[in-house]
Amino acid sequence: MPAIEVQGLAKTYRVYQKREGLLASIGGLFRREYKQVHAVENIGFSIETGEMVAFLGPNGAGKTTTLKLLSGLIFPTAGEARVFGHVPWKRENIYRRRFSLVMGQKNQLWWDLPAQESFRLHKEIYHIEEGPFRERLDELTNLLEVVDLVGQPVRELSLGERMRMELIAALLHSPDILFLDEPTIGLDVVSQRRVQEFLKQYQASHSITVLLTSHYMKDVEALCKRAIIINEGHIIHDGPLAEVVDRFSHHKIVEFQFASNQIPGDLHRFGQVLETNPPRVKLEVVRNQIPGTLAEVLAHYDVEDVSVHERPLEEVIAEIFTNNRSRENETEGAGLPTEDGRASLSAQS
Amino acid sequence: MWARVRVNWFILRTCIEERLVYRGDFAFATLVRFLPIVTQIFLWGAIYGVHTEAYSAGRKLNSYTYHDMVAYYLLAMLARAFSSMPGLASGIARDVREGTIKKYLTQPIDMLSYLFWHRMAHKLVYYFVATAPFVLVFYLCRSYFPGWPDAFTITAWVISLMLAFLVGFLLESLIGLIAFWYLEVSSLIFIFSMLNYFLSGHMIPLDWLPETITAVIQFLPFKYLAYFPAAIMLDRFDHPELVYELSVGMAWVIVLLVANRIAFSRGARRYGAFGG
Ligand SMILES: Nc1ncnc2c1ncn2[C@@H]1O[C@H](COP(=O)(O)OP(=O)(O)OP(=O)(O)O)[C@@H](O)[C@H]1O
Ligand SMILES: [Mg+2]
Repeated sequence: MPAIEVQGLAKTYRVYQKREGLLASIGGLFRREYKQVHAVENIGFSIETGEMVAFLGPNGAGKTTTLKLLSGLIFPTAGEARVFGHVPWKRENIYRRRFSLVMGQKNQLWWDLPAQESFRLHKEIYHIEEGPFRERLDELTNLLEVVDLVGQPVRELSLGERMRMELIAALLHSPDILFLDEPTIGLDVVSQRRVQEFLKQYQASHSITVLLTSHYMKDVEALCKRAIIINEGHIIHDGPLAEVVDRFSHHKIVEFQFASNQIPGDLHRFGQVLETNPPRVKLEVVRNQIPGTLAEVLAHYDVEDVSVHERPLEEVIAEIFTNNRSRENETEGAGLPTEDGRASLSAQS
Repeated sequence: MWARVRVNWFILRTCIEERLVYRGDFAFATLVRFLPIVTQIFLWGAIYGVHTEAYSAGRKLNSYTYHDMVAYYLLAMLARAFSSMPGLASGIARDVREGTIKKYLTQPIDMLSYLFWHRMAHKLVYYFVATAPFVLVFYLCRSYFPGWPDAFTITAWVISLMLAFLVGFLLESLIGLIAFWYLEVSSLIFIFSMLNYFLSGHMIPLDWLPETITAVIQFLPFKYLAYFPAAIMLDRFDHPELVYELSVGMAWVIVLLVANRIAFSRGARRYGAFGG
């Protein structure tokens, strides 16, 4: 049985439209105008137990909304979801004991008390026995390297340290599923890496199911094999992370190092010249033209070194989002279904 | 059952610890709250004209002598120490507005009992700090009091203070829960606290008001916040009346508790539908 099953899930928020001007505001007291915001529209996916899946999308795509739906914080406008057989928005206590929701921007530890007090309270709230509690606390504080900090008031901790404490609080009751909403937001590279490493190790040893959102592709590349990409409430990709680049990026980066600082002037016929830094040049070349390009350049010029890279995931994702947006703008009002982003995406790039 | 008691005990304990972090600030705030007592006593003195030649000790306003009035005021202050809930309603509103309410919806924890024990912790720490100043004030003003009533009445008074705490908590949290419907409740809270000040007898004893108004106030829960406990110690009720009034107070607690439960579950559902 999959850990998470989602079908046709939709959430429409109703937002009060405040009109400009005093008179209009007074009018608003009597007749309110609402605007519908389709945060999530008809999404479906299924996640197996023990999978670690990244949920990607630009700001406002509906990632947080989906996590809120799956943790029962909000009710859907339509559709179904089951997490380990539970309907999240029934908010049953049995379900609440099986998951944790961590939001990077919100903290749930007691601000003025040492983190260990919050942990103790969690122990009681989740009915954790003393033995397992000690064991887990030891394990988690060691893995996250915060053994010496649990006695310090939370408000005195750095953002990175606090985030690690949040993770401990979220994992103490050994949930079966973890929803992480931008767990590394605002952290420096070192802290980010530490959180990544921790999540990786913890996931490997406990085979917990994780659904994670992040705008930080390093997180995603380090942790997840599978990515679900969502934009404007629709899923536009669901599959192995490695395929994202294959599928959406039709170019690769070819880097030449020439023998002299004399750079050939006609390289642009192979593709866009990204960077010229004699004797090095970076070219963006369409995938299927790479062999031809290499053959030709090597045959005609004196090349010392050559390398071919995939474009960075970050860039590809950014491109998907911008493409998708301009496509939607084009088709706006034309009544075209926004469902199938794939065809138009590949047509465009 | 036992598990729930343990959870609540832990909430209480943790909140007390949290509260003690700010003990310095807290002790100061407590002392500052005693200052108005002095000015209020002077104010009543002026109203009764105690410092004018025409004043005689037996002078009564609405059946209260100056001494009764000072005693009433001090006793009402004491009752307020049980029933006032600073920051409870606005705290709930903030939780709803800023989304920190999420922890009550995603963790196996009941928001109302959590808030209750949290408040209880605050009060316990407050009594710990405020007992000495209260004793001192009452001792200094001992000549204003009519003397100790009988044991039955004193027991009723102790119960009435607990009722003051419960009714105070439940009323204030009910106001806070309105935030589920209207995000901005600060003006509502302000109106409520004004009403509360007047209807609870904090400002003047309720039996000073015109008959018609008292007849209505009689049926509201506000009097349990200040007037009722104070009037008990001034020996204004006989035993059957005490039993009756306490029963009505308990009925109010039950009604308000049910109202809170309904408001919370409706509000949480509404939050799920609209907010997040
Ligand atoms: N409580 C709410 N009321 C009204 N609209 C909302 C509410 N919460 C979110 N929205 C809207 O729903 C859409 C999706 O928001 P959501 O928070 O899910 O985005 P997100 O993918 O998490 O974005 P980000 O990367 O910025 O966190 C946005 O257009 C947002 O304005
Ligand atoms: Mg978000």
